[in-house]
Amino acid sequence: MAVCIAVIAKENYPLYIRSTPTENELKFHYMVHTSLDVVDEKISAMGKALVDQRELYLGLLYPTEDYKVYGYVTNSKVKFVMVVDSSNTALRDNEIRSMFRKLHNSYTDVMCNPFYNPGDRIQSRWALLPVSASSPGGPYFLCPIQSRWALLLCPIQSRAFDNMVTSMMIQVC
Amino acid sequence: MMSKNDGEIRFGNPAELHGTKVQIPYLTTEKNSFKRMDDEDKQETQSPTMSPLASPPSSPPHYQRVPLSHGYSKLRSSAEQMHPAPYEARQPLVQPEGSSSGGPGTKPLRHQASLIRSFSVERELQDNSSYPDEPWRITEEQREYYVNQFRSLQPDPSSFISGSVAKNFFTKSKLSIPELSYIWELSDADCDGALTLPEFCAAFHLIVARKNGYPLPEGLPPTLQPEYLQAAFPKPKWDCQLFDSYSESLPANQQPRDLNRMEKTSVKDMADLPVPTQDVTSDDKQALKSTINEALSKDVSEDPATKSGLLPPPPALPPRPCPSQSEQVSEAELLPQLSRAPSQAVESSPAKKDVPYSQPPSKPIRRKFRPENQATENQEPSTAASGPASAATMKPHPTVQKQSSKQKKAIQTAIRKNKEANAVLARLNSELQQQLKEVHQERIALENQLEQLRPVTVL
Repeated sequence: MAVCIAVIAKENYPLYIRSTPTENELKFHYMVHTSLDVVDEKISAMGKALVDQRELYLGLLYPTEDYKVYGYVTNSKVKFVMVVDSSNTALRDNEIRSMFRKLHNSYTDVMCNPFYNPGDRIQSRWALLPVSASSPGGPYFLCPIQSRWALLLCPIQSRAFDNMVTSMMIQVC
Repeated sequence: MMSKNDGEIRFGNPAELHGTKVQIPYLTTEKNSFKRMDDEDKQETQSPTMSPLASPPSSPPHYQRVPLSHGYSKLRSSAEQMHPAPYEARQPLVQPEGSSSGGPGTKPLRHQASLIRSFSVERELQDNSSYPDEPWRITEEQREYYVNQFRSLQPDPSSFISGSVAKNFFTKSKLSIPELSYIWELSDADCDGALTLPEFCAAFHLIVARKNGYPLPEGLPPTLQPEYLQAAFPKPKWDCQLFDSYSESLPANQQPRDLNRMEKTSVKDMADLPVPTQDVTSDDKQALKSTINEALSKDVSEDPATKSGLLPPPPALPPRPCPSQSEQVSEAELLPQLSRAPSQAVESSPAKKDVPYSQPPSKPIRRKFRPENQATENQEPSTAASGPASAATMKPHPTVQKQSSKQKKAIQTAIRKNKEANAVLARLNSELQQQLKEVHQERIALENQLEQLRPVTVL
């Protein structure tokens, strides 16, 4: 039961962020942003020599009072960040791993689409709504680096990916 | 007769379309009618297995050969095409030209009750509901067309098309990138970034449907699943004839024919697909389009066998070269309109350079118009060319003349530009020649020096 799922590109800008609509979106955006530092730390800690052996699943990045943040990195340095509710104690590590694996598979399917340019935003109709509702500028994402609204261009619509994320928010996959 | 009906239907269609259009935000009304024809062309009785549209799941009123005032009945019954939302009483198709339908005729009987029911349900929704899965069913001709296109991209039918090749090909359809990506997502069942033949057919069909105004489905319809397609069409007819005819048609031969056919259709939609040649022959295309608009949509004339299923409005599919295409004789009514076509046809001929891709879009229209001009396969190319033409205008003559003058101006400016470019290049050439001479001289000098120095070194 993920509360927020984010896909971050190699250059650390978000490709896809989706949170449960009832929450304050900005809070999750900020959490994802801050978790990127932890992700980078874990990646660099592995060392260049161990790149091949580096495991994709990063595990718990950092826990907060209400939430836990998990991370996953692909071989192309695309990061998946998942925020889950701390109160959900039944969630086990294996389940998180399987959720990330499914997310990775869905992401690869998106990449297989020739109309998708790597680096484009992955768009979903539903993901935009909560973002635009809470943020001032509509379909904008808070750019983590410059801390200002930046319009991500050329989004690709991928309903399969979106459906996968929705299912993760509803239940444990 | 068929063509007559087509014409009538065509006229009737727009009216109908408006009524039924409410629900679906189609691009143009023509598209809708076009879409309807598409459905109608589908041959068999379509049991509404999956209705992409939220419409009553009644069997599509295909066989509704209603003798509508619009004249739907005739045409439809013969073609077995269901006519959407016949205004008049939904009489069972059977009787009217039902006999012509032959085999399909039996089906209407079966569905009559359901048809009547469906009709009575809501006229508005008929458009959507009447063809619950019609738009997602590929007719034989359409399939042949897709297969030919596949062959043009990938000679081996059992192999697949890579993603980039397919992307370039589908981009010509002028659909938006998100829509194309969604279509890809639907059709690439195994998500491998490549399209096999059934996947390609499904994708192409979805594009055609979308261009005709159908909204894209939430999921891949069962009739478009790769397994279904492979089973339904066991062996693609690699009809050399068709393929050759396609290639022949490309060179703008058939224009006169196509023009006549195209006259009445609204070319707008068609214009989208035949993109490649647009820039070059835009003017010509416009002429073609206008002619098409004027000419009655011969969509009616589509003979049942071919069932391109696209009505007058810009057919999404290019008029396939159908050897089987029967000459629609009923042009009599359309003749007056057609009379203008020949002149326009001539104009449009230059516009032909259509790419195979453009062919498909115009397919339906071509077929319909075929009767008028000449029932030959080449019609498609001309229609394709006409397709790209600008939106149909009802007054072909004035537009045609304007087109020709515009073309002349364009040609003259092009000539001027070429001359300027020539002059610039000539100057550049002369300068480079001079530099070359200088370099030669330097080289000679250096070689002399070398000669002089050699004896010294030898010593």
